Amino acid sequence: MQHDEVIWQVIRHNHCSFMAKIETGNFCRNPYNVTGVCNRSSCPLANSRYATIRDHEGVFYLYMKTIERAHMPNKLWERVKLPRNYEKALEVIDKHLMYWPKFLVHKTKQRLTKMTQMRIRMRKLALKTREKIMTTPRKEKKREARREEKAEKAAVLDKSIEKELLERLKRGVYGDIYNYPVKEYNKVLDMERQQAASEDEDEQEGEIEYVEGYEELEEEEDMEDLGDLAIGADDDTVGISDDDEEHVTATDHQRRRKEYGISERKLEKDESGAKQKKKAKVLIEVEHEDTSERQTTVQ
Amino acid sequence: MGGKRKDFASTTDVQGTEEGGEQKVKKKKKEKLAADGLLPSTIKNKEKRSAVHAKLKQQKRLEKRKRAKAREAAEQRALELGEEPPPRKIPRTIENTRELDETICKPDDEELFAANDADEFSSILKQDRTPKILITTCRFNSTRGPAFISDLLSVIPNAHYFKRGTYDLKKIVEYAENKEFTSVIVVHTNRREPDALLIIALPDGPTAHFKLSKLLLRKDIKNHGNPTSHKPELVLNNFTTRLGHRIGRLIQSLFPQDPNFHGRRVVTFHNQRDFVFFRHHRYIFETKESKQAASSGKKSKDNNDEKSEQKLIARLQECGPRFTLKLISLQHGTFDSKGGEYEWVHKPEMDTSRRRFFL
Repeated sequence: MQHDEVIWQVIRHNHCSFMAKIETGNFCRNPYNVTGVCNRSSCPLANSRYATIRDHEGVFYLYMKTIERAHMPNKLWERVKLPRNYEKALEVIDKHLMYWPKFLVHKTKQRLTKMTQMRIRMRKLALKTREKIMTTPRKEKKREARREEKAEKAAVLDKSIEKELLERLKRGVYGDIYNYPVKEYNKVLDMERQQAASEDEDEQEGEIEYVEGYEELEEEEDMEDLGDLAIGADDDTVGISDDDEEHVTATDHQRRRKEYGISERKLEKDESGAKQKKKAKVLIEVEHEDTSERQTTVQ
Repeated sequence: MGGKRKDFASTTDVQGTEEGGEQKVKKKKKEKLAADGLLPSTIKNKEKRSAVHAKLKQQKRLEKRKRAKAREAAEQRALELGEEPPPRKIPRTIENTRELDETICKPDDEELFAANDADEFSSILKQDRTPKILITTCRFNSTRGPAFISDLLSVIPNAHYFKRGTYDLKKIVEYAENKEFTSVIVVHTNRREPDALLIIALPDGPTAHFKLSKLLLRKDIKNHGNPTSHKPELVLNNFTTRLGHRIGRLIQSLFPQDPNFHGRRVVTFHNQRDFVFFRHHRYIFETKESKQAASSGKKSKDNNDEKSEQKLIARLQECGPRFTLKLISLQHGTFDSKGGEYEWVHKPEMDTSRRRFFL
């Protein structure tokens, strides 16, 4: 025989494993509970006639329990599938719970409403893209930070960038912007060394002239203009420029040296000269650390 | 431990294909020590063990010192005698001992050139299209995000910033394709710091997901320079493997292919051990007078002239932000995290050895 009152007294006053006490009240964790609150009328264990709605993979089922089956726990709950349509589901509930206490019917319908709303919302959210939070273990983060530091030290960045730029200059990627003809430069250095002993005095005078005097600057400007014109003329024949330069005399050597010194300061002037130049071929290079040969793709 | 090592050494062939000469020597030494019972790890008593270990270490240190001194003495003698000094040994670095990777690009690889012609970047790299970049953020923007983005806008020419709103990333990609952008960059922030970079090449280019770290903004760099608006040069270092080559081309497609050398701006992506370091400089070439003091002091008392060599150097001034990237995943096709096909994903199980790098 079922004594609901006795069951309730035992459960409530001693211990119920489904009860969860929170600051706002007592809740019931039993999956068959209709309201979710721990109450005398909502407890599925302490009521021999009970009904709930449960959801399985998006389909709602009406579960009912009657006192006639109380001795067969295996077949205790009777399950009815509810239609997708909300109104039709309400009608089905009405039909099945026709002469049941109003409280249960009311609460079951409330539960159905809530669950349909939740189902709609879940479907909408599943269509939207959500950001997924991925965590990395702390050990990995620290390890990566350490490795990064060491890699940064191993890659002496400034030096490697400078080296790369110098190599591009030597290869001639920059064309004639920096007026850096390699052969000429080396020749100048040799001549310098040879004439170092004999021309010491001359050089000193030259230096003094350089430092003093405003007239010197004017002279430079003239030479600069001449230099620009010369560059313009040379650039049309980029291919033969080397040959041209070989025929230049010693005075021109000195002029070019000075030009090189002041070319850095007066690059803006060079721009006008540069526009007459042929468009420099762009060499895009992928550098390999180990292989000696470089793979260059000219595009 | 010593026991295990002995067994392993005895069973396997000592002429292991993978081990270099150095490692073989080391193993033999350890085997000898183990055989003598001198290996500290076999001693159970902690005090005695630490004492033996300390003694071993000291012995090793003394031997190393002796060897170094002998080397120096040999060099000095050789220089004095005017002979060639004995060749210097190459120090062992991680880059030297990197695990052999079959995917390293060889300079004369026909297949590579064919792949390059057929891949997604070829149209941009052949200057059929000019790069046009769309920069945006993740949904929640942060403190350093906007500053970083403004720095990025000044680095990459022809880049535009759009606010994120709550658009789906796929919708953003569609929008960008309609407006003829060539790439989309998404800066992702986490805990108020830019954390990750997503580079999506369009129209159906790969998506590269990078982890961003060590970000230093332009205003935080001392003596920083201000970049001009000339088209920058690009320097890509050390992208050796096929994957690295692909990433290199992806980065290349962000920048215009006709740099303006008068602007003297250079943007560098340097790959070292799978970390890609980004730097942005202005450079200038100068000649430096360096007086070459005679190295062999005794010999050149006769020649008094100091050879003043004019060396050509490049000087750099840093401008623009500085950060490092690490590739997390490369996905074929535009952004599609669920259905996309991943060309390369980093998994922790890939970090099997400290000498193994993928880029």
